[in-house]
Amino acid sequence: MFSDHFSAETLHQLNESSRKATIEQVDAVLRRQGPRSLEEFAWLLSPVATQRLEMMAQMAQRVTQRNFGKTIRLFAPLYLSNECINICKYCGFSRNNPIPRITIPVEQVVEETQKLARQGFRSLLIVAGEHPKYVSNGYVEEVIQRCLPIMPSLALELGPLETEPYKPLVRAGCESLIVYQETYHPETYKELHTAGPKKHFKWRMDTPERAYQAGFRRLGIGALFGLHDWRFEALAVAAHARHLHTHCWKAQLSISVPRMRPAAGGFQPDLKYQMSDTQLVQTIAAMRLLLPHAGVVLSTREHPSLRNNMVQLGVTHMSAGASTEPGGYSSFDESQWVQTKDSQEGEQFHIADERSPKVIADMIRSKGYEPVWKDFDQSLVTAAQGVA
Amino acid sequence: MMTELSYQPLQIGDRSFSSRLLLGTGKFPSGEAMRDACAASGSGLVTVALKRASLKGPDAFADILDYLESERYLILPNTAGAMDADEAVRIARLAEAAGLPKWVKLEIHPDPNYLLPDPIETLKAAEILVKEGFTVMPYINADPVLALRLQDVGCAAVMPLGSPIGSNRGLETEAQIRIIIEQARVPVVVDAGIGAPSHAAQAMELGADAVLVNTAIAIASDPSAMARAFAAAVAAGRCAYEIGLGHAENRAVATSPLTAFLDSKS
Amino acid sequence: MIQIIANGEHHSVEAETPLPTFVESVGLTLDKVVVEHNGQALTRAEAKTIQLQEGDRLEIVRIVAGG
Repeated sequence: MFSDHFSAETLHQLNESSRKATIEQVDAVLRRQGPRSLEEFAWLLSPVATQRLEMMAQMAQRVTQRNFGKTIRLFAPLYLSNECINICKYCGFSRNNPIPRITIPVEQVVEETQKLARQGFRSLLIVAGEHPKYVSNGYVEEVIQRCLPIMPSLALELGPLETEPYKPLVRAGCESLIVYQETYHPETYKELHTAGPKKHFKWRMDTPERAYQAGFRRLGIGALFGLHDWRFEALAVAAHARHLHTHCWKAQLSISVPRMRPAAGGFQPDLKYQMSDTQLVQTIAAMRLLLPHAGVVLSTREHPSLRNNMVQLGVTHMSAGASTEPGGYSSFDESQWVQTKDSQEGEQFHIADERSPKVIADMIRSKGYEPVWKDFDQSLVTAAQGVA
Repeated sequence: MMTELSYQPLQIGDRSFSSRLLLGTGKFPSGEAMRDACAASGSGLVTVALKRASLKGPDAFADILDYLESERYLILPNTAGAMDADEAVRIARLAEAAGLPKWVKLEIHPDPNYLLPDPIETLKAAEILVKEGFTVMPYINADPVLALRLQDVGCAAVMPLGSPIGSNRGLETEAQIRIIIEQARVPVVVDAGIGAPSHAAQAMELGADAVLVNTAIAIASDPSAMARAFAAAVAAGRCAYEIGLGHAENRAVATSPLTAFLDSKS
Repeated sequence: MIQIIANGEHHSVEAETPLPTFVESVGLTLDKVVVEHNGQALTRAEAKTIQLQEGDRLEIVRIVAGG
C-alpha cells in the first residue's frame, strides 16, 4: 500500500531540491525527453524551470497527442447528495455548514442523467458527500444500475470504502473510482479534517488500491491545490501516481490538479499556498512528461480563458456545463443550458466556467481538437455481470 | 589504469551488491578459469545449476563449489533443466536442502533448441516458491505483462532475455525491455544473449539494474580479461544512466505559442 | 533384497540399507550431493537418518556449473 511508502520527509527534501534546481539540471531532463525519477520531476517544478515553460508545454503537447490523439474527453459531474458526516474546513458540504441538505431520489437521478445525455454526455462522474445512511451502498448500486443504460461510462467519487463494499459497485457495472487526498501534508490534513471518517489520512490514501483490489480499472487521484505548498502537493501526487502505475498496472490512471474555489463556510486559504496559472501549467506539463499515459482532468473550477488554452496543453479530460449541487440540473434550461434558479445554496463550490456543453465542444473544435463524448464501453464480462 | 567509476549498489531482496554484473558459471574450459573469471569480474552473484549425478562412478565434473567462496558470492541456484513448474520447484527445494541460499533463478525451458522460457509454468512455479519463502528471480522472455504478473506474485527481480541463450545477438528485445524497466518495481536483470561488452553497456544505459553474462565470457580465449571488459562496460553503462544521457537535440523555441496567454494576463 | 529406483535406474539393495551407504556404493559421497527421497528434498542431516525401503525413489543430484 502507498501509505507504507509515503514519507512527508522525503517530499520535503524533494521540495528543497526543486527550489535549488539549476537551469542545467532542467535542461538535462528536457534533453532526455522527460523525468525518470521524482527528483528530476522536482527539477521541472523548480523556479528556474519557468524559463523553459514553453519548451515543457510543447513537449507535453507532443506526448499527449501521441498517447491520446487530438481529443478531449467530456464528462459532467452529477451530485447525488450533500449530506456529509465529515467536517472539512474548506468544503461546502462540511457537516457544520448551515446549507439545505438533500439526497436526490433515484427517479430524479435518472431524469437528470437523461437530461445530461440529451446535451451529448456519455460519461458521468457521480459525486456525493460521505454519509452511510443517506448515501448507502444499496442506493449507489441502484443509481449505477439505472443510469448505466443511459450513460455507458460512470465514475464514482464517494466517501472511501473497504475493499468488500466496493465489489457490488463493480459488479453493478462501475469501473472507475476517483478519490482525492485533498492534501498530502499530514499536519495540514489533520488541521482541516477535524471530524468524521475522513480524518484518517492513511486510510484515505490507500483507497485507490482497495478499489483496484475490488476490481475498479480506472482510478483517479489528485490534491486540492491551495491547502498547502503546491510543489509539495504536486510531488506527492506524482509519487502516488507512480506507485499506482506499477502496483495497479491493470488500471488506467488519471490525475487532477483542482485549485481551491470559494465555497460555503467561507474558508480562507492561506494566500502563500495559492497556485498561480503559470504554476498550474508547469505542474500539468511536468506531470505529463513524468506519466505519459495518465489522463489529466481539468474541471469547471477553472476560468474559461485558462480552460481554452489548456486544451492543447496536456489535458485529456474536461467537465462541462456542471452543477455541483444535488438536483442542480433539474432547474437547468435545456436549450441554453443555464441555471434558472436564483441561488444554489446547496452546492459544493462555485464553478468558474459556466459555459454550456455545446459551447465547450465548439471551443475544443476551434482549437483543432475533437470533443469525445464516449471513448469507453463496458467490457463484455462486466456488462454481462451488470445485467445478471 | 582506468579511473574508478562509482554508482549506486544493486539491491535484490535483502541483499546489496556493489557490482551490477552477474555471472553464469557454465561452459568454462576449467574450474580454475571459471574461478579466475568470476574474481576478475568483481561480481557478487554467480549462478550454478543442479544436475543428476552419475551413478556409474565418479564423473568428470569437479565440485564447482570448491571453486566459489561462499563469502564472496551469493550462489544462485538455477532451475535450468526443469521442463515444468513441478520440476522447477523440486530443483529449488533440492538446492535449499543442499545448503545453498534460499534464492532461485527460475528458469523453465521445455524448448530444447532455443531454450526459450515457458511463461505459464514460470508464473506457476514463482507463485509456489515465493510462498515457500524463496527469493525468486525468474528468467523470462521480454514480455512486459508477464513481468508485471511475476511482480504481483512477489518475485524479487525479473530477468528478461535480450536474445536466446548463447546466441550472442544482443538486445533484440530492446523495445520490450524498455517497457519492462519503465513499469518495474523490482530490479530488472537482462539475461541471455549478451554477447559483447557493448550489449551490456546498452542494457545498462537503458536503465536495466544488472546484466547476467555467461557464454561470452566463458568461451573467450581469455575469460578473465573478457570478464574485466564486461565489468568495465557494465560500470560505464550504469554511470551513464545515472548521470543521464541526452537523447534528442534541444530545440530552440523562438516564440511562445502555447504559454503566451500566461504573460498577457499578468 | 529390495528394489529401489535411483536416478531413473533400478537397483537391488539389502533391505534397510542406510542411504549414505547406498550413495557411497555408487561412487559418490553424501557431502557432495543432495538427495530427493520419494519426492522430498533431504538436507544432509536428514539423509543420514534414512534407511531404504522397497520401492523407494531417489534422485541424487550434484551442484554443477550453469548459467
